[in-house]
Amino acid sequence: MSREPVLRVAGLSVRLGGSHILQGVTFDVAPAGVTALLGRNGAGKTTTLRAILGELPATGSVAYDGREILGRPTHRLVRDGLAYVPEDRGVFAGLTVAENLRLAERVPDPDYALVHELFPELATRAGQRAGTLSGGQQQMVAIARVLLNPNRLLLVDEPTKGLAPAVVTAVATVLARVAGRVPVLLVEQNLAVVRRLATDAVVVEAGRVAWRGAAGELLDDGEATRSLLGVGRH
Amino acid sequence: MSTVVLLTLTGLGLAALYFLIASGLSLVFGLAGVLNFAHGLFLSVGAYVTWWAAPHLGLPLAVVSGVAAAAATGALTELVLIRPLYTRHTEQVLVTVGLSLAGVALLQSVWGADARVFPRPEWASHVTGVLGAQVPDDRFLLIGAAVLVLVALLAFLRFTRYGLVIRAGVENRAMVRALGIDVRTAFTLVFAIGGALAGLAGILGGMYFTSVSPGQGVSLLIFAFIVVVIGGLGSVTGSAVAAAGVGLLQQFVNYYGAAGAGDVSVVALLAVVLLLRPAGIAGKAVAA
Repeated sequence: MSREPVLRVAGLSVRLGGSHILQGVTFDVAPAGVTALLGRNGAGKTTTLRAILGELPATGSVAYDGREILGRPTHRLVRDGLAYVPEDRGVFAGLTVAENLRLAERVPDPDYALVHELFPELATRAGQRAGTLSGGQQQMVAIARVLLNPNRLLLVDEPTKGLAPAVVTAVATVLARVAGRVPVLLVEQNLAVVRRLATDAVVVEAGRVAWRGAAGELLDDGEATRSLLGVGRH
Repeated sequence: MSTVVLLTLTGLGLAALYFLIASGLSLVFGLAGVLNFAHGLFLSVGAYVTWWAAPHLGLPLAVVSGVAAAAATGALTELVLIRPLYTRHTEQVLVTVGLSLAGVALLQSVWGADARVFPRPEWASHVTGVLGAQVPDDRFLLIGAAVLVLVALLAFLRFTRYGLVIRAGVENRAMVRALGIDVRTAFTLVFAIGGALAGLAGILGGMYFTSVSPGQGVSLLIFAFIVVVIGGLGSVTGSAVAAAGVGLLQQFVNYYGAAGAGDVSVVALLAVVLLLRPAGIAGKAVAA
């Protein structure tokens, strides 16, 4: 199996409303497993994902499977297998669960078997409006939407944010399973989840990469987690 | 009693026109975020093409031509003028206002500023007795057409892939893109649908008023905007309910109140709705 990075971000910069949000972010995403993108609130993690996905104007370079993708329309990147689960889940509240899933279908034979195996509850709630689901159930819909299609990289933004501890464990279990099939670039604040899932870690601080390396190495270094992430040892 | 029946059916006839214009306007704003001041031009294109084609093709084919021309005008407007300006809202407004003014001037330069007698089916000139009231049949034509359009539009939105994309896009078009869907195709489609519905409104308006004039689209557009705001941006059902409310209120107040009071009452209704329910009857927050 090739060890070439699936995603190579180099000198990625984003200016929004006169602010220099990203200032030359550079890192690679391994072709397997989970790469965690970490940092304090406002460091630029979500902006990095959105810039990669073409949702924000950016300069620098983003190579996906060896091809430059910066400036390409979002929908084309997604059709090429770059799937995205946003921080706010992006569930369509006025549509039913089934409609949310149907909208995400990109291939003739979407993998409903996998979705219903991982989230059996979604089958029983197919006719329910997504806006009436709990936060955890909405996260299931958001993740299920990307699992319907064959992907080559998942960008997942804070999937456990605001969820009850039991649901966090369930979501982490699903992501661990997914990461066995497709590489994941994961933005996550919950370091226990990062420890469980991530092989590599990238820490963003004030729009720049402040640390890169093995996730375990970062999490085992109490001083580094304190200074870079503002938290104690986990 | 007969007066109330006549006023009700006339109000609903007017409401049908407002609904046909407002539903397209509402979908265009809800999905694409474009405040389209050129929507009245689509109405005029539909009306004038039908008026021009009727002697050559006969009325049924002329109506089809008018609706098709208005739909094509809507799609072309989106592709040529709006698409390069999706992130520039001020320029969008300027372009659509400019197109509206230029369209009226063009119609005036070709066919003059005077109203032209508009063709209508012979039966639409008859009257039918309803609970003692002698109701002109053109009211039933308008109401019937609007109900058919409402049912067809709701079925399209509910049961088709494009309808699903439009409903999702009205909620959050960025997320639709993030699911791999080229939402620009849906933008063009809603402009075409909006154009077709406005064109149909122009044709039915011509039959109702028995004439067509270059400024007709713009004057109807003002009330359609009010209907869109009251109904809630992006909601077809909201537009239908609001159109009925506005049409009935305008008719009854115009009949029982002072001259022009109907129009004032509609503006008052708009103010009340904005105060009590700023997002409109069926409105919801529209995400980028």
